[in-house]
Amino acid sequence: MAEHTAEHATDAGHAADAASSGGMPQLDFATFPNQILWLVVALVVLYLILSRVALPRIGSVLAERTGTITNDIAAAETFKQQAAEAEAAYHQALDDARAAAAKVINDAKADIQKDLDVAIAKADAEIAARTAESAARIDEIRASATEAVTTVAKDTTKELLNSFGVKADARSVTAAVNAQLKGGAA
Amino acid sequence: MAAEEHGEGLTFHPMDQFIVQPLFGDGAVGVFTITNSTLWLAVTVIAAALLFVMGTRGRAIVPTRIQSIAELAYGFIHKMVEDVAGRDALKFFPYIFTLFIFIVFSNFLGLLPKAFTPTSHIAVTAILAMGVFLTVTFVGFYIHGMKFLGLFWVASAPLALRPVLALIEVISYFVRPVSHSIRLAGNMMAGHAVIKVFAAFAPLILISGIGIAVTPLSIIAITAMYGLEILVAFIQAYVFTILTCVYLKDALHPAH
Repeated sequence: MAEHTAEHATDAGHAADAASSGGMPQLDFATFPNQILWLVVALVVLYLILSRVALPRIGSVLAERTGTITNDIAAAETFKQQAAEAEAAYHQALDDARAAAAKVINDAKADIQKDLDVAIAKADAEIAARTAESAARIDEIRASATEAVTTVAKDTTKELLNSFGVKADARSVTAAVNAQLKGGAA
Repeated sequence: MAAEEHGEGLTFHPMDQFIVQPLFGDGAVGVFTITNSTLWLAVTVIAAALLFVMGTRGRAIVPTRIQSIAELAYGFIHKMVEDVAGRDALKFFPYIFTLFIFIVFSNFLGLLPKAFTPTSHIAVTAILAMGVFLTVTFVGFYIHGMKFLGLFWVASAPLALRPVLALIEVISYFVRPVSHSIRLAGNMMAGHAVIKVFAAFAPLILISGIGIAVTPLSIIAITAMYGLEILVAFIQAYVFTILTCVYLKDALHPAH
């Protein structure tokens, strides 16, 4: 840098003059027209680039983004409402199905109860009939048994009396056997 | 350069970086000469165009990183103009945006090593500030006619004080472009010059023993100043832009 400056000083350039004399290069008025010209050129170019191309583009992108966000929020709101409706419908359907199922269960239970009652009644009747029949047969068997016992007892008594040589009177034997049987029964 | 330093100690040329010199060949700087200033003005324009034209080429709804930087700058200045100067100032938005982008790019590119900073020159900032001053004055008279002079006539003050206040207001109005331009150029120049002064101390370790202490300190100081300069580069662009908005607001709504 120092060498550079020294060269300039020998070339007697305005800028180098200002520097080597210790002044501020900012106050070297000889460079002002040059700086101002190129500054204005740069500013105009930059202004045209920004105002014609860049700023409208960024502005439209930002507006588009705002629009997109607004639309998306609205769409999300709609979807949320639809979801709520769907959920309500689902719960409704679930409740309906539960009620229907309960009804079917109750009907089935009632049918089964009815069938069961009928079957039990039928079975009870059959059991009663069988019991009665059995009781009748038992009575019959018992009666025939008693009669057989009486006959056997009379015959046996008659035979016993005959073997002892006693002429048995049929009527008194019957009476004695009956009395004996009654007493045994009693 | 080293030989020179060994011969006569440290050399301080903190202002050399601001010299405007022809880029090709030597000689005087004419009006149309391509200088280092011209080069960095061109780099500024090209860098801004790359960011704002190439970067937004995709027009993506979900922006790329570069596009979101461009959108961030757009939103930042758009909001500033709207908040400070009002909705009706938005037709000046491209102009104010151009000013901000030009200054911020020029400031930051000037922080690159070996770079030239056009905004460190009063010639450049004076033209920027005069542009704002003339625009604002013209707009004020165009919209409000002679009533624009009411800006200087403080109707809420006591009658006796009003001529005095009017004088102060007029002076402060015409001082605006001066402070507006010198603030920017002065800030950019001072930081760069201070970094250069510290940089001149850095090679002391090659010359004398005391350099063992001075060289690391000066390197730390350069780093710290550089960080500060990054802050200043943005803040000065911001200040210039927001003051432009404030002046524009005065022109659009001159009532106090």
